[in-house]
Amino acid sequence: MNATEARTRIVEFPGTVAGGDGDAIVVDVPAAQWAAFAEFAKDILGCTYFSFLSAVDWKDEGLEVVAWVDNLDAPFSVLMKTRLGVGVTSCASLATVYRGAGWMEREAFDMFGIHFEGHPDLRRILLDDDWVGHPLLKSYAVDTPYPPYR
Amino acid sequence: MEVKRPVPVVPAPVWKDIKDLQEWQEHHKSRPASGDKHSTQFESLTEGLHSFPGGFVLTTATDAFLNWARKSSVWPVSFGLACCAIEMMATFASRFDVERLGMVPWASPRHSDLMIISGTVTIKMAPMLLRIYDQMPDPKWAVSMGSCANSGGPFRHGYHVVKGVDRVIPVDVYVPGCPPPPESLLNGLLLLQEQIAHFRTTGQRAAPSPKVD
Amino acid sequence: MAADSTSTVVKELDYTGAERLSMNMGPQHPSAHGVFRAILTLEGETVVGVDAVIGYLHRCHEKLAENLAYVQYPSIASKTDYVAAMASELAYVMAAERLANFEVPKRAQYLRVLVGELQRVASHCLWLGTWCMDMGGALGGGATIFLYCIRERELVLDLFESLTGARLLYGFHQVGGVRYDVPEGWASECRTTVDLIEQRILEYEEMLEGNAFFMMRTQGVGVISRELALDVGISGPLLRASGVDCDLRRLAPYSSYEDFEFRVPVETAGDCYARYKVRMVEFRESIRIVRQILDGLPEGPISSRPGVKSLAQVRVPKGETYARVEGPRGEVGCYLQADGGPKPYRMKWRGASFSNLAILPHIIPGHGVADVVAIMGSVDPVFGEVDR
Repeated sequence: MNATEARTRIVEFPGTVAGGDGDAIVVDVPAAQWAAFAEFAKDILGCTYFSFLSAVDWKDEGLEVVAWVDNLDAPFSVLMKTRLGVGVTSCASLATVYRGAGWMEREAFDMFGIHFEGHPDLRRILLDDDWVGHPLLKSYAVDTPYPPYR
Repeated sequence: MEVKRPVPVVPAPVWKDIKDLQEWQEHHKSRPASGDKHSTQFESLTEGLHSFPGGFVLTTATDAFLNWARKSSVWPVSFGLACCAIEMMATFASRFDVERLGMVPWASPRHSDLMIISGTVTIKMAPMLLRIYDQMPDPKWAVSMGSCANSGGPFRHGYHVVKGVDRVIPVDVYVPGCPPPPESLLNGLLLLQEQIAHFRTTGQRAAPSPKVD
Repeated sequence: MAADSTSTVVKELDYTGAERLSMNMGPQHPSAHGVFRAILTLEGETVVGVDAVIGYLHRCHEKLAENLAYVQYPSIASKTDYVAAMASELAYVMAAERLANFEVPKRAQYLRVLVGELQRVASHCLWLGTWCMDMGGALGGGATIFLYCIRERELVLDLFESLTGARLLYGFHQVGGVRYDVPEGWASECRTTVDLIEQRILEYEEMLEGNAFFMMRTQGVGVISRELALDVGISGPLLRASGVDCDLRRLAPYSSYEDFEFRVPVETAGDCYARYKVRMVEFRESIRIVRQILDGLPEGPISSRPGVKSLAQVRVPKGETYARVEGPRGEVGCYLQADGGPKPYRMKWRGASFSNLAILPHIIPGHGVADVVAIMGSVDPVFGEVDR
């Protein structure tokens, strides 16, 4: 399967919008279809290589979760994005589809406070367990003091 | 028997009240009154000897001997934090070879005299660093290596970065640079040896001298 | 009472496989390669569970990137993967260039490849030295190979020092090109250095592969299957040692990598020894690329960007991109969301070591305690990049 074939297959998947150019396909996925699309990408599109998962805070428009997966044989890559909606902080977990998503989702939970439903071990990963707040949210100032060391 | 749990002593957040560099330096001149001594018994013994007529000759000679011994075998604990740790390793290794100064990187803090804080101290790491420092026997020294350990460096404004390791433990020598090349660290270690040679009455830090402080 | 307690001790010593022991390793551990803490669950001498605790070096890179201009951040980006600063700088700079449609001059592209490959040699030198030192006295004298490898690494660092003025963190790349051109006489010095290193690699191989202890401690230890490797998303030498022919220099050539001839080593065993073999071949291939560049370095400008007078002068139009380079540890990526201003809206750093380290809980269980160090060293994590 190559990139053009993949594009035609993605159109068949309900609710998605494929964009991007060349080998980098950008797909907007509805939040309800997030895990289903990941399975589709892995099984049908052949994107077995998991690169990264993260999130973007769009202030008033809510959070957006992004993930990048690769088909190393073709090669082409798929950037999947989903908008969670205003005030929504929960999202389906990909940890059961891609094992690499486990740590990445823990990081996104740590930094953005997104609860990934179905994640086997959702804890803070980089910061301490007693940390208050989620630093990569736009409402969190970069120099927020944290006692007692500052 | 009741075992007392060690309580980590966090220095008071004086940094809030300090306005400028002069005040900061003034603050640093006041060394901690206790903490550099071997034991109260040993101290009273040396003080008694010192006040005995003619006893100062003995204590001065002992000082000179002990200081020579101390400065010739400063063992740094092998404790790498960040980028500077790579330069610290380079200093310990083939080309720069600090073993000729009597410094052997040692993995156990309980047998070490010196801690080289090589890198950014984060809020998650600071309690661990304090614990490792507390495990080292007195007399002990600390060298702050690189901008991050000195003041936070380029990450000073980060939410998870301690703005200088001197807010966690007392520091003897600051080595500037990002990262300091091994030559700089060597210079810092030589300055530290100079400082150790100036100890008075067996184990107490001398008043800051213009040459090394 | 006394008899009771004695019998309990005897019972505990008479191990039946039911008792479990938690052992803490790190964050100050001589073979943890930085500030890594692993809570190992042991059954006798066998590890049955690993809880990796990271974040002791979390320096807020992603938040700081949102607060620093495109001109400022590259020098901080070098502090993510500080053992291979050239690769991490390049990832950020490439992302910004891709969004802003900057044309990078051919000479600058070649120089980027040149420093990237020299950096790979230096990084692998450090990896080999520390890894073999971790496995300790069994390799015939503890720190011997560490001292040898650092000796060679210093030669490469000397080249970098005369090129950029710095030994570890360079600030060599800038958006639009590179900052420094090669000085007079540098090329011949570089040739001599790589010739010397190529000979020394033979010495290492002779020294290690003739050592029965080294073979016993690496062969069949820490096997990563192809499927697991892809699923977890490990990259670089680890992925290639698991039988996946994936090298971004070949797969998605950037910075004129398509102009050079080199071989991508692939091993199928997936154990520590396979990773060692892959890296040893990479040494030679990097040296081969360096020679090709020195032979055919094109003339021309080294940066397409005019000098800037203020930080806000370099602006990047609204958009998103993901730029990735093949660093010594694998795929170093930078996902950039720009909003048209002088600073990125969001920067996600995809550190190779973060994903590579995530493999540990999958492969360590079942091994002995002593193998933990060998496996961790073969993964080659750099904690600036893991914690960012």
